Amino acid sequence: MNFDLRLPLGLLFSLFGALLVIYGIVSDPAIYARSLGFNVNLDWGLVLLLFGLIMLSLALRARQNRK
Amino acid sequence: MSHPIHLGGIDYAILLLYFLFVLGIGWALKRHMKSSADFFLSGRSIPAWITGLAFLSANLGAQEVIGMGASGAQYGIITSHFYWIGAVPAMVFLGIFMMPFYYGSKARSVPEYLKLRFDEKTRGLNALSFAVMTIFSSGISLYALALLLQTLLGWNFTFSIWTSATIVLAYICLGGLTSAIYNEVLQFFMIVFGFAPLAWLGLRDAGGWEGLKVRLAGVAAQQHFAPGTWTESWRHMGSPSANPLGVEWFGLVMGLGFVLSFGYWCTDFLVVQRAMAADSMSAARRTPIIAAFPKMLFPFIVILPGMVAVGLMQDQHGGFTLPTMGDGSPNYNLAMPMMLGHYLPSGLLGLGFTALMASFMSGMAGNVTAFNTVWTYDIYQNYVAPTKSDAHYLMVGRLATVFGVVLSVGVAYLATQFGNIMNLLQLVFAFVNAPLFATFLLGMFWRRANGHGAFFGLLFGTIAAAAHHGLTLPAGASVGIMKGGWLGAVLHTYPSAMAQNFWTALFAWSTCMAVTIAVSLATAQNKSDEQLRGLVYSLTPKPPAEDEPWYRKPVTLGAVVLAATLALNLVFA
Repeated sequence: MNFDLRLPLGLLFSLFGALLVIYGIVSDPAIYARSLGFNVNLDWGLVLLLFGLIMLSLALRARQNRK
Repeated sequence: MSHPIHLGGIDYAILLLYFLFVLGIGWALKRHMKSSADFFLSGRSIPAWITGLAFLSANLGAQEVIGMGASGAQYGIITSHFYWIGAVPAMVFLGIFMMPFYYGSKARSVPEYLKLRFDEKTRGLNALSFAVMTIFSSGISLYALALLLQTLLGWNFTFSIWTSATIVLAYICLGGLTSAIYNEVLQFFMIVFGFAPLAWLGLRDAGGWEGLKVRLAGVAAQQHFAPGTWTESWRHMGSPSANPLGVEWFGLVMGLGFVLSFGYWCTDFLVVQRAMAADSMSAARRTPIIAAFPKMLFPFIVILPGMVAVGLMQDQHGGFTLPTMGDGSPNYNLAMPMMLGHYLPSGLLGLGFTALMASFMSGMAGNVTAFNTVWTYDIYQNYVAPTKSDAHYLMVGRLATVFGVVLSVGVAYLATQFGNIMNLLQLVFAFVNAPLFATFLLGMFWRRANGHGAFFGLLFGTIAAAAHHGLTLPAGASVGIMKGGWLGAVLHTYPSAMAQNFWTALFAWSTCMAVTIAVSLATAQNKSDEQLRGLVYSLTPKPPAEDEPWYRKPVTLGAVVLAATLALNLVFA
């Protein structure tokens, strides 16, 4: 079956990551009082973005190898 | 009253994006669903890392995220026994010893294996009880989700039930088992990424592991236990009265570790189906073992937040409380979602809530896909209409999916009168699943076991479970159909409902074992050695050693994960 799950997986988490990073930058710092002062949206958003991009690059590389 | 948790625009954006992807995967797979084998078995074409994560995720339903968080608060780190003595060894055993017979027999379902190994009536009994149980579990998942959304976010109960049911229905009807499996992998990552920040923040806030120990010592003292009871998993298992679970080490290791866990992980078609979809024998064997690696670490993201929650409640100035139940005691089932609301700001909160919803839906989808396969192959094709075209069975499979989802919704409404989800599910497991593991053990490793033996073993095992439950009672409980003692006499009182469940399972297993052996010896073998080839250990030629690197060998991988689990047991003993 030529359906590589890493593609939607990578896409979804890249989008989640990007959303959270942007929101982390523009949001009011006061909301981070509950997360012990850490801007967790920014920090964790970067982790998700990284994971998403790794999955995407793996999927794209596999696609290139098949050609 | 206002609802405890408020989601903002960004949170809804994350939620919507996720469900668009879930439905999109179903849509993209639609054109691949050409035969019933594609729909029910994924054409046996999926790589091991995907089936492995789906194997884990199919079980990540209501009992996992909500139930384990609740137990973490109620019992502390002792809850990790469900993973470190329960799930992981059973998963490794399945991969190394049992998968060769499941995958090698070319059976399409677990009941079909029973038909090949034993006889028709054993299969029928198993197929029917399994079909009922999947619908039941799926409905409970749905109910728990809707109740949660209603309590915490103020969503309408009926709206939640029908929306979740429709999403699950849509992606399974479109893409069958493949769609369910792919979405389960998505859900696995959602759950890990959604809950990991919560565990980290919670532990940091409690002052690290040492700080948490101090707080939980206070919780233990308040309930008259030794100070380390909530943070040491083995030291207080000497007697049932020394720990909040009310179980001693023997009942734990034999009841939970051996009978219940092996019964569930090694024979439940819901999880075994994921491994059967793998693209080779080696991938099928690696499936549960690959799943065991993350499973081993799950206590840190599902149990730990519950432990932190009960520590926070201890702190008078922390301002963290759980909503109470009717009798005024805290509702531990809300520990996990309330922690999400306590620590996560808008943004991550949406991610956490999406993960929570994803976990319920993967539990439900797993049950529905297992149900439609067993219904179509083992009941419909077998008893109702045996000689139709493949396209006909594909259509029946889709209809069975609709039927299964509608029945689940019915169960969800019925479930509004039941309380602790976890104990209820354990109760059902004990009645139906516990004897089953004895049947498979004998079936796979004793060639003399026969059809009559298996059938009467299962029947009497289930009856023994019900009878044991009906004649015993947990301490402090009153006689009733849920608690026990309903046969008119109470012969034994257990320290807790958990202990009663573990011993019910042990009785069922032992009865099934004894009856199967006795009846098999008293009656003739109904299968020839030729028919049993590939189904029984002693009659199956050893597969030639496959030329694979060590990290792809099931035995090596299994040894690594067992060693790591042993280390965790020792570190947190």
